[in-house]
Amino acid sequence: MKGVLLMAGKEIREGIRNRWVVAATLLLAALALTLAFLGAAPAGRVGAGALEVVVVSLSSLSIFLLPLIALLLSHDAIVGEAERGTLLLLLSYPLARWQVVIGKFLGHVGIIGAATLLGYGAAALALTLAGQPVTAAGWQAFGWMLGSSVLLGAAFVALGILVSTLVRDRGAAAGIAVGLWLLLVLLWDMALLGLLVADAGQTLTANTVDALLLLNPADAYRLFNLAGLADVRLLSGMAALGGESGLAPALLLASLAAWAVVPLLAATAFFTRREL
Amino acid sequence: MKADLPVIELEGVAKRYGAVEAVRDASFDLPQGACVALVGHNGAGKTTLMKLMLGLIRPSAGRLRVLGEDPAAGAAQARRRLGWLPESVTFNPALTGQEVLRFFARLKGEPAAAADALLERVGLIEAARRRIGGYSKGMRQRLGVAQALLGSPRAVLLDEPTTGLDPEVRQGLYDMLTELAGGGTTVLLSSHALEELEGRVERVVIMDHGRVVADGSLAELRRLARLPVRLRLALVGDAWPDWLRPDFAPHRLGNGLVELSCPPEAKMALLRQAAADPHVADLDLEPPTLDELYVHFLRSRDGVAP
Repeated sequence: MKGVLLMAGKEIREGIRNRWVVAATLLLAALALTLAFLGAAPAGRVGAGALEVVVVSLSSLSIFLLPLIALLLSHDAIVGEAERGTLLLLLSYPLARWQVVIGKFLGHVGIIGAATLLGYGAAALALTLAGQPVTAAGWQAFGWMLGSSVLLGAAFVALGILVSTLVRDRGAAAGIAVGLWLLLVLLWDMALLGLLVADAGQTLTANTVDALLLLNPADAYRLFNLAGLADVRLLSGMAALGGESGLAPALLLASLAAWAVVPLLAATAFFTRREL
Repeated sequence: MKADLPVIELEGVAKRYGAVEAVRDASFDLPQGACVALVGHNGAGKTTLMKLMLGLIRPSAGRLRVLGEDPAAGAAQARRRLGWLPESVTFNPALTGQEVLRFFARLKGEPAAAADALLERVGLIEAARRRIGGYSKGMRQRLGVAQALLGSPRAVLLDEPTTGLDPEVRQGLYDMLTELAGGGTTVLLSSHALEELEGRVERVVIMDHGRVVADGSLAELRRLARLPVRLRLALVGDAWPDWLRPDFAPHRLGNGLVELSCPPEAKMALLRQAAADPHVADLDLEPPTLDELYVHFLRSRDGVAP
């Protein structure tokens, strides 16, 4: 465990040193603040809490941004060190390979977690300071959104690290990471939509669609935040979907967690067997 | 640990990468406190051998024991007492020398003070808080040496430790290695700068195409190779001494200098005659250099190979 924590600490230190932490935090804070204050205008008319509006807009933003940040950070984790020549020296130390993988994962999740909490937290804080009405339910939805955002980041960090252990050059890792982002964040939904339209409700059952949604961490996150929480559901225009989908919030969270754990275990297994 | 137990043992170790045989049938022991050079041209298998000893790769055949354990079994305990300086060592340029060395120290379960003491020892204490990105090649190499010495290792493996070092630092490095070996640490260094190993190491293992072609002290290798000893005489006058037999292939170099080479066993008789002859004003004796030994053993290998 000590080795894992040392590794994680080193990753965070490097993240602070090469400005990853600062850049990600500032980016998320700037976008969150913009959305919070742009979103505050319609809030009065709809009569919903300001924070619920922020949850809807921020989770829509997070779906695109957090996976991208996570993959950019993590695709380099192993292959980058291998190419720079620092990996072999690290592995000659009394440190098991799984400790390297898990430590890097924790470090990167720490960086993304800090950026999300600070960036989005700044928006919530600004809203409260500006005197917007914030309900307890609003805070709850916001808290769930923060937590699931970190989990979404963790899922994509794990995927990025898996890519990083599988390839032997950084360019390939970057290419696969971008491809993965396109596939899971953009193309998956389009393909699913296309499929549903083409099928016209003939063969695809609701359960199949549910399963296809669970097979994508970005969709699990979207459903959890937009359709999972009652007050938010009304705002996000997902009321119908949320009502019909058989996916409970707990199941969606479990799917997200599985998306973090399974690729991480696979990465550990591959890396332990790999010849260097 | 008993002193007579070898620190590193290899028995018929081989490593194949696909069709390439990087190491074939390598067997030797390194006892405690030995200072041994691994010599061979690029691609002879020196780095592969070190990676095998560190457990970074697994042997395709043979048996390998480091500090009594199989290094590839992931034994963290043995690695704690091993130091390695990779060839052309690199560090994250964004971190400072102190940060890197303290991180490595903690990985080996050493306090941060141990890292600082080593920075002092390799003369990097002033640069400790500067980023490695701004270090010179020599400074990075010294940081590499410092990390290899963390945790008072029982064996250090140094891959081409002196490339890129200026002569003064190189001298300091060899002094440090001699001190280490004196303290009971086994030192294995690879090199292809043979001339600088002369007098620094007690044993030389010569590798060629993954094979160990010679292994022994310099004196033993010289005896085995039976390379001729070169003798240079300064003669007074033009008279050619009658004991200079033609089979010593004497030839004049000008300025009254004569060079001849003789087999090792004829050396003492020749020296006595030369010393007794008043025509000989001065005399220089040159044993075969490590370079010549190396070339000899590589050639004899080629002669054996089909």
